[in-house]
Amino acid sequence: MSWPSRRARTFPHGVHPPEEKQFARDVPIEVVPTPAAVAIPLLQHLGAPCQAVVASRATVALGDVVGRAEAPVSAPVHASIAGVVQRESVATLPNGRHVTTVPIKAAGEQLEGQALYDAHFGGDWPLAGLDEIAPAEIVAAAGEAGLVGMGGAAFPTHVKLAPGPRRPVDTVLVNGCECEPYLTADERLMREAALPVLVGAKLVARAVGAKRIVVGIEANKPEAIAEMRRVAPELGIEVGVVATKYPQGAEKQLVYALLQRIVPGGKLPLDVGVVVSNVATAAALARAVLRGAPLTHRVMTVAGHGVREPKNLLVPIGLRLSEAIEAAGGLTDDAARVIAGGPMMGFSVAYLDAPVTKGTSGLTVLAARDLDAEPERACVRCGRCVDVCPMGLLPTRIALAARYGEWELAGSYHARLCVECGCCAFACPSRLPLVQLIRVAKARLAKMTA
Amino acid sequence: MTAEPVRIAPAPALHVAPGPHLTVSDFTARRMMADVLLALLPVAGVAVWIFRWYAVLQIAVCVAAALLAEALFSRLRRRRAPLDDLSAAVTGAILGLSLPWSAPWYVGAIGAFAAIGLGKAAFGGLGQNIFNPAMVGRAFVMVAFAASLAGGAYVRAEAALPILTQATPLSLAKGTAGAVALPGLWPLFLGNVNGSLGETSALACLVGGLYLCWRRSAAWQIPVWTLAGAAAAAVVANLLDPATPLTVLHHLFAGALFFCAFFIATDPVTSPLSPRGRAVFGFGVGVLVVLIRTLSSYPEGVVFAILLMNSVTPLINRGTVPKPFGGAVELPGGAK
Ligand code: SF4
Ligand code: SF4
Repeated sequence: MSWPSRRARTFPHGVHPPEEKQFARDVPIEVVPTPAAVAIPLLQHLGAPCQAVVASRATVALGDVVGRAEAPVSAPVHASIAGVVQRESVATLPNGRHVTTVPIKAAGEQLEGQALYDAHFGGDWPLAGLDEIAPAEIVAAAGEAGLVGMGGAAFPTHVKLAPGPRRPVDTVLVNGCECEPYLTADERLMREAALPVLVGAKLVARAVGAKRIVVGIEANKPEAIAEMRRVAPELGIEVGVVATKYPQGAEKQLVYALLQRIVPGGKLPLDVGVVVSNVATAAALARAVLRGAPLTHRVMTVAGHGVREPKNLLVPIGLRLSEAIEAAGGLTDDAARVIAGGPMMGFSVAYLDAPVTKGTSGLTVLAARDLDAEPERACVRCGRCVDVCPMGLLPTRIALAARYGEWELAGSYHARLCVECGCCAFACPSRLPLVQLIRVAKARLAKMTA
Repeated sequence: MTAEPVRIAPAPALHVAPGPHLTVSDFTARRMMADVLLALLPVAGVAVWIFRWYAVLQIAVCVAAALLAEALFSRLRRRRAPLDDLSAAVTGAILGLSLPWSAPWYVGAIGAFAAIGLGKAAFGGLGQNIFNPAMVGRAFVMVAFAASLAGGAYVRAEAALPILTQATPLSLAKGTAGAVALPGLWPLFLGNVNGSLGETSALACLVGGLYLCWRRSAAWQIPVWTLAGAAAAAVVANLLDPATPLTVLHHLFAGALFFCAFFIATDPVTSPLSPRGRAVFGFGVGVLVVLIRTLSSYPEGVVFAILLMNSVTPLINRGTVPKPFGGAVELPGGAK
């Protein structure tokens, strides 16, 4: 089957989960009070873990480096509050990884409240002179600030911005889709801080030498679209409205929707001359380059029937998840599942003392009534998973192969191309754990080719 | 902010499960089966209107026997009887609707047992079977009770309802019922003719079938391509034998083609996965139905057309693996 080539601002297949943005989309970003302590994970990104560079009982200021790695694909981590370093500890991140953390106990003057908010989003952002900044300077600032993709994958930004000379980039896409249900952090950011987002996008383009910048926003965020459109023309940035469909924010799907370019299997947007950057990452880059501020805080959503006061919060990295939930009024009596991230791709967490990382876009808290009571049944080969897979795969076949340990067979059904978006399992009438099975197959295949 | 103290539920109260944590709410395997039963209502309604108590009895016997068989075979295989997935009821209903009004009750009952036992349980239950269970049951009784199911069995001169004294349209076309004019296209479409219980009204099948496709409980490609395949084959048949009384539209509206296209061929378990596979499958069913009608001694070809295409469904699946978005990954050394 050939993929539709008509100019449609969306991608083939996909699903329409309930949007559930009503919980927090109109709640302005609120600064969480400085916690008594934070625990900074030494691995929050894709790549090599950091080593702690501060000794126990050392005093650190906000933004001081607490861990870094020599490896090229890595990102340093910074103190997100002022205080005293404690003995190294271990935490289990929502994705199941055990990581070393550097705990910091709050002490001394803190930057907090409105001042912290303004340091992030307020004040002046120069519109002129951005083109005079040397690309190398931008890449270095991103590396020093510990920037990673804040949409979820957490790939170090300075690596992404420094592509080899043989791959020219002509377009930067700014990802403001936020297609995961419940999450509204990016939407708030675009509505409250359009300027740093767009300035950051300019810097991304400057770093990679791209001429064109397009912001992609799903049609269900009219206020964000209006606000971005108000500011964007001054900077020569286009704002493209894309259909509200999941996973519209997946890189390959967004590249197709906005530019009608198809990223070949196993390749990156870079291979078709595109760099995709999340809106939060863009804003963090603006802060890093123009204000020299490292990535110490992020905006996250805490929403769902399971929390009393759904909110968008500006939180320090390393804040315990339970404290983020407290800041949103605490769990309701019928709260049943806490998910790090959105409900489609997020991981359910058992222990709420896990720390917030750079990639934590929010917490979705479902109540008992939101959970699906439908039992798992045999695959009825209905092909719904096939009809919705945005990568054009046969999810049921890959899952079946994985169930029987037939890794090569799973590979021949292109298991490697799965982006783990969850559309297939969302649509499956027999409620098969398709993504889980496919993930196992992917892991085995990766090991086999390695 | 409320003044009440913040409560954090103890960790064990939180469920941990793999994502995604949302699932489509109005689409479950059970609901798919319920949709089929619902979509069969207009078909069953027409059947009852034409064949009265014969239809009621036949369908009831088949559904009851299918449920009983499902319970029994699940028991034998030491599984909990998955009656709540409604698939056995669907098999029973489709089998019942595919039988003639005159078939004795035990034909339906035995057919239902064959359908569930041979057609499904023997393969390992729901989702594992290769052949459409209802058609396995239908084929079984066609062979075992050939006389009760032959074209002549539909006609009883002494029947109380006048329609039951007429031969079925396809038997007429075969010439086995003497030279009587075929019914017009309009009665064929509406269903006011003799035949198997569920097949007479193309209109009722269309109404129920469109609902199924709209709900996506049936893949729309299958009925579309089945009808297209039958039409294409009928055109060829007409060209080869211009004297045949069956025009293309007769082929479409007479017999069980619509029932087959919307309710039998669309059984998800035994039809292909991908849109292209479904098209190939449907087209094959349509062509085979017309082929069997014209060339074999049977007036109708649905049962064998479906069983034949079921048997090549794994092949179709293998030949129609969709091309991934962006093409396959190229691995160093050409490995897969
Ligand atoms: S959606 Fe579920 S039941 Fe349907 S084919 Fe895919 S895995 Fe099987
Ligand atoms: S197979 Fe992978 S890419 Fe396709 S729908 Fe499922 S999770 Fe998404």
